[in-house]
Amino acid sequence: MNKKWIKVLSWTILGIMVGTGCGSGTSTKQIEADTNGYTSTDESSEEQVEVDGEKIARLISGGEPGSLHPALSQGTHESIILDHVFEGLMKRNEKSEIVPGMAESYEISEDGLTYTFKIRQDAKWSNGDAVTAKDFEVAWKFVLNPDTGSDYAYQLYYLENGEAYNSGSIEEDKVGVKAIDDQTLEVKLASPTPYFLELCAFYTYYPVNAALQEEKGSDWSHEGATFVSNGPFVVTEWNHDESVVTIQNDYYYNKEAIKLDGITFYISEDLNTMWQMYENEEIDIDYDLPTDVIGQLRAENNAELTIGAELANYFYRFNTTQAPFNNVKVRKALSMAIDRQLLIDEVVQGGQTPALALIPGGVSDAQGDFRENGGDFIKEDIEEAKKLLAEGLAEEGMDSLSFTILYNTSEAHKKIAEAIQQMWKDNLGVDVSLENTEFQVKIDREHSLDYEVSRAGWIGDYIDPNTFLDMFTSWSSQNDTGWTSEEFDKLITDANSEFDVAKRMAYLHEAEAIFMEEMPIMPIYYYTRPYVTKPYLTGVTKATNREVCLIYADINKEE
Amino acid sequence: MLRYMIKRVIMGGVTIWVIITITFLIMHNIPGNPFAKEGKMTEAVYHNLMSYYNLDKPLGEQYVIYLKNLAKFDLGPSTKSKTRTVNDYIADNFPVSAKLGVTAFSFALVVGILLGIIAALKRNRWPDYICMIMAIIGVSVPNFILATLLIEIFSLRLGLVPTSGWGTVSHMILPAIAMSMMPIAHIARMMRSSMIEVLGQDYIRTAKAKGLSEGKIIRRHAVRNAIMPVVTIVGTTFANIVVGSFVVENIFRVPGLGKYFVQSITNRDYSVILGTTIFYSIILIVAYIIVDLLYILIDPRIQLTNSDKKTSFFKKKTVESKWG
Repeated sequence: MNKKWIKVLSWTILGIMVGTGCGSGTSTKQIEADTNGYTSTDESSEEQVEVDGEKIARLISGGEPGSLHPALSQGTHESIILDHVFEGLMKRNEKSEIVPGMAESYEISEDGLTYTFKIRQDAKWSNGDAVTAKDFEVAWKFVLNPDTGSDYAYQLYYLENGEAYNSGSIEEDKVGVKAIDDQTLEVKLASPTPYFLELCAFYTYYPVNAALQEEKGSDWSHEGATFVSNGPFVVTEWNHDESVVTIQNDYYYNKEAIKLDGITFYISEDLNTMWQMYENEEIDIDYDLPTDVIGQLRAENNAELTIGAELANYFYRFNTTQAPFNNVKVRKALSMAIDRQLLIDEVVQGGQTPALALIPGGVSDAQGDFRENGGDFIKEDIEEAKKLLAEGLAEEGMDSLSFTILYNTSEAHKKIAEAIQQMWKDNLGVDVSLENTEFQVKIDREHSLDYEVSRAGWIGDYIDPNTFLDMFTSWSSQNDTGWTSEEFDKLITDANSEFDVAKRMAYLHEAEAIFMEEMPIMPIYYYTRPYVTKPYLTGVTKATNREVCLIYADINKEE
Repeated sequence: MLRYMIKRVIMGGVTIWVIITITFLIMHNIPGNPFAKEGKMTEAVYHNLMSYYNLDKPLGEQYVIYLKNLAKFDLGPSTKSKTRTVNDYIADNFPVSAKLGVTAFSFALVVGILLGIIAALKRNRWPDYICMIMAIIGVSVPNFILATLLIEIFSLRLGLVPTSGWGTVSHMILPAIAMSMMPIAHIARMMRSSMIEVLGQDYIRTAKAKGLSEGKIIRRHAVRNAIMPVVTIVGTTFANIVVGSFVVENIFRVPGLGKYFVQSITNRDYSVILGTTIFYSIILIVAYIIVDLLYILIDPRIQLTNSDKKTSFFKKKTVESKWG
């Protein structure tokens, strides 16, 4: 009796195990019915392109978004979607210039502390509600609310009492943002911020539908069915770990300028997969290319390739609290003894520019380009480097140098570290070893200054020299070099309370000069963003500090 | 029988508690934190995040909170998502991994056993060599290379299936093949050696002498006995394959659970680390119980409980050791 029961049970289990598997191989219908939620999306959108002649652009947004709520997003894999479905007070036009978006006009007080925005009358949410000043007030206060736990809350510290409210030391109504009426938004800043209008186009500053937000918190952003936004497109489906589907927002005030019927963002983090999808025409643009593919495309001068601008630099930190890196001559010698162009041509291969200063090109100062006017600070010169190194080591009472480069595990970082290791060895005779750790461990060790030389990169938050400079102040949590300078600190503080652009830029130029003279980091190259687009996809834009943008794009397929 | 099952389930529960405790201690003692990034992190933001996720409380308290929530089947929030909880991850993504896993597993089981039988019957002849070369390739070619190669050939060159994605049967073919190569190789090799050994046994000769047809001998006597060691590895293989594969899911854009096992650790996403570990442990324990049941089915000499003193494991081992 007992045994029979076991037999029946085991056969049933085995049957289920094998049956479900085999079944899926034989009966197509069943599977499609089972995975309906997953099937419909990409199938239908792919078909739409061909069958209905609808213009649906397809691209990869990166990893699974943690949230599609402007206040809760953590990085570019989310912001690239948000940038297409929301619009801030300011926006970027076809030339990536900052122009009024939801605001039709704005006034700035003489002291630069009060901004008064007039919201457009015809601005509407995707559910038909009017966009009002209150939507901004609610959204910004939600970002700063300590209970929200927003990663990007510091982006709103420019508001008066923003930081105090986020730290929980002041009441919400003291924060410097207020809806005077439906159309008027008054913003008070903590100190004059020359790049504040640009920040108004940044995703943490996007509005949310106040009625929805106050009713149910951020729940509306959890799925396509309830998603409401005010940008050119609106999310209709969010298939987790698979895709985010958007269609044109019928209520968008500038609908005529939008040519695409929708954009589908596929979720993937595998560069090779993305490239294969692009080759197979399953996506129309690929902006995260594998290194060897970039090299190959450049070599054959491929017309689909564009080298986009990027506001970022790749550098090595020196731990200046440790001998001999406490000696500026040693730091300078190391920095002078590598061939950056060779490194870019042979190893990095993305058409980057050698970094001979801190701040990349593409940032304007009062008279033009900050970088061009600031000039270079590093001269690659092996003989001079040898001399400096010998002096530096002598001053520290050492006769030879051996140390370790710390980097987070990645094939690209490894190749660069190996090349630099070789250059330092050949050019200066120093003995360098490499150590790779997990990203998390690297960050921890940098914070506790438990390294000698470590790899780093920094992407500018906004187009201004300050985004690269203020991370090296003595109070910055990202300094991680042990290097501080009172003079440098003072220049940064002065610059950020100076409203005269020319004077402010002069301070920042001086700060960069001091920084480069002290060289607590070794700049290596300025990033670029190589991307490929299919010939039928036109009108793709790329702002230096944002990902590619398809708002003004069009698809012209010849049938 | 019932008693045996109850015992196994209780043992399983204790095992999981031990796993939770050890995992909890280890993960909170490795360097790093869930909010580390190269970018800016002000103290206030960091503090708000820590308190949002209850990570600012003492470890002991966090442990108690976790166990309490677990009792309500709440696996907690993910630090990488303010939209989905660990429960959502499993509910959304496990069915996908399971579907793909079961397909790949069934395929591996059938192909692996067949290859093993063929290799054993044609020992040291060309079918044997072909089968074993396939097995060696299956073991030694990493699946990310195999996966990329499959896409290159079947999607880009031949255009038969999409490169990646999920939803239709055509999306499933390549990832299922990529996932089944390793288990096919393991099963085939094990089946082969065990078959060869069984074929040399006296009772096979007796069966031949009785005048049984070769097909009958193989089906009734050889395969049935030879399959026992394969059944032993099948439990673990099944558990591994059914929770998904990080590499395969990444390459084929399968919205499965596999990647969360790996990413949760690099992200220090504590609740996800614990949740996926617990989930995997449960599947593994269930798979072992099923394997035990399968033993009885295949070999009537094995009994799970005929006396109270000897444990089933002990009993099984004595039987197994007969095959040397």
